[in-house]
Amino acid sequence: MSDIPIGPTATARQQRLETADGTPLKSALARASRRQKLRALALVAPLALFIIVTFVLPIGQMLLRSVNNTQFSDNMPALVQWFAENPPGIDPDEAAFAALVSDLRNGAAQRTVGSVGTRINYEVPGTRSLFTATARRAADLEPPYREALLEVNSDWAREDIWAAMRGASQAYTANFYLAAVDRKRDLDGNIVQSDPQNRVYVQLFLRTFMLSGVITLICLLLGFPVAHLLATLPLRKSNLLMILVLLPFWTSLLVRTTSWIVLLQGQGVVNNVLVALGVIGDDGRLALMYNQAGTIIAMTHVLLPFMILPLYSVMKTIPPSYARAARSLGATSWTTFRRIYLPQTIPGIGAGSILVFILAMGYYITPALVGGATGQLISNQIAFHMQNSLNWSLAAALAALLLGAVLLLYWVYDRLVGIDNMKLG
Amino acid sequence: MALPIYASPLERIWYWTYRVICALIFIFLIAPILVIIPLSFNAEPYFTFTQKMLSLDPEGYSLRWYDRLLTFGMQNPDAPRDAAWWGDVWRNSAWVKAAKNSVIIGFFSTILATVLGTIAALGLSRAEMPFRKPIMAILISPMIVPIIITATGLFFFYSATGLAGSYVGIILAHATLGIPFVIITVTATLMGFDRSLLRAAANLGAGPVRSFFKVQLPLIMPGVISGALFAFVTSFDEVVVVLFVAGHDQQTIPRQMWNGIREQISPSILAVATILVVLSIALLTAVELLRRRSERLRGVSPA
Repeated sequence: MSDIPIGPTATARQQRLETADGTPLKSALARASRRQKLRALALVAPLALFIIVTFVLPIGQMLLRSVNNTQFSDNMPALVQWFAENPPGIDPDEAAFAALVSDLRNGAAQRTVGSVGTRINYEVPGTRSLFTATARRAADLEPPYREALLEVNSDWAREDIWAAMRGASQAYTANFYLAAVDRKRDLDGNIVQSDPQNRVYVQLFLRTFMLSGVITLICLLLGFPVAHLLATLPLRKSNLLMILVLLPFWTSLLVRTTSWIVLLQGQGVVNNVLVALGVIGDDGRLALMYNQAGTIIAMTHVLLPFMILPLYSVMKTIPPSYARAARSLGATSWTTFRRIYLPQTIPGIGAGSILVFILAMGYYITPALVGGATGQLISNQIAFHMQNSLNWSLAAALAALLLGAVLLLYWVYDRLVGIDNMKLG
Repeated sequence: MALPIYASPLERIWYWTYRVICALIFIFLIAPILVIIPLSFNAEPYFTFTQKMLSLDPEGYSLRWYDRLLTFGMQNPDAPRDAAWWGDVWRNSAWVKAAKNSVIIGFFSTILATVLGTIAALGLSRAEMPFRKPIMAILISPMIVPIIITATGLFFFYSATGLAGSYVGIILAHATLGIPFVIITVTATLMGFDRSLLRAAANLGAGPVRSFFKVQLPLIMPGVISGALFAFVTSFDEVVVVLFVAGHDQQTIPRQMWNGIREQISPSILAVATILVVLSIALLTAVELLRRRSERLRGVSPA
């Protein structure tokens, strides 16, 4: 012990540790490790930049659109100014109507009035034609504008339209999120439920969660025995059987959906076989497609490999000796499974279930093709608003809510499993 | 998992029931893919087995739907089948055009995804990499985020930047979607890579670039190629982004299938599906061979 120098001398000697060129060792090491870090970062940087430009930015821009809609505020400057100068509660006066008429004239000339009408139409359905029809006649209107406008259409006196225009005069609005959860603002600005016939989205979100949950459960029930069989068979046999799992995984999603259409339709293979076997009569063919059953069957088939593969990779690492020990201590095979084997597979169950649930929630193609009216998920509604109704801000708000749910689960997945442990085949 | 001698009758029954259940699940997995293959040779325009097909009568089978794939969209489908006819196929057949587009887009997006993904995986697998987990989470996220959200975001982004309806736009988007697969497979391969080999190379005088190309890359090549195959399949199978951002004339195979299924589904779709199944069997075989090669390179041999 005594030959190890202790005390001030040792500290002094340690401080004097230097590299060949005379810099202190500590800072030289720090610099070296900093350089290593930078080198690693430099390797990742091009891809990170690429993903940010082609993925993160576009999605961010879309999210911005869910709270920012300038269709009205850009095209109705005079009216926007009037709203800014007159706080809520003041009834529209002659100046307001004059501003409206001048904006409608500009809108008619620059062909922007349609987009203005569309924007108000989101809030007060059925008002788009009010804008376009009035704008066509705006050039001929004479003061006093209030009377002139009311003569064109008495709807211009409606309070709800003026409230909607006031709301839309702000570019930034939370109204699309309210609409996405079946809420709206009443005349006093309070948040109330939408009219019953417009309440679709909450139910649709619930249906998406419910169907994803059912699909996850079925995948677990079907995937567990198969994964267990694959994990316990000798490697040569299990590799062969693994092909049966991997081939669907590698086959085009559209091909798999097509084959389910072929199998499930009224005159399809499944119904024909059942009729031939006499299980059902020719007039009692099952409706297996264009409803929720179609979505569940086809999506279970598509997502099953995503359940089997994580389960398999966990089960393969479970040593069989624990189960044997339990048996030799007198446990029945059921107790052994329940108390010894099952708890060890929980990581795999968690990983597979979250993965399948995440993927199911965002599914679009399969429900669109085999889901019919009742088997649609939230993604299909987003696509509908993007392509048909062209209410892009509502589509963005729905997408943002879906994205929030997915990212939350992604975070849970990362905490439980770790994304670096994700494996493919 | 052989049945032990001491198993009770109940356990014996369960043992066989369990195997039957598993067999049924395997049938559920594979049957839908196999069933379309014979149906694509149907002589009739039906999606079910005709009496003639069931009795294995050659008249019940035909190649007419495969023929339709070539002739659909041609200018002179009924002309004699000489060189001019085949030229017409190559230029005008809708499915051939779609296949050309799919291959072009798939090829370039795979190259882009593989190069960027492999370089990034090299950085991510270094021990010194700072912020490893959050960066990884972002790079993997295109696989997790619902495709409809990605497509919606790209639609707005491309409309604003003028990339809508261009090949570059689709290639960039497909590369983004393929990158997570490259990262996952290449980082998994790099985990089994012995870094002391790089130090040995440096010791023998090789610079970092030389030691990468001569030592590291050959050893991780199986992983890189299977990542590339994943990326290619992702692009080859992708339809939603194409529907949202591609121009009218930019048909790809999945888009053509999508339209076919939505509008009027004809057995031609089954012929395409059969070709794609054969393609996926080929790809699966390739990946499996690569995996075995990788294991052999690493010295892990299957028992």
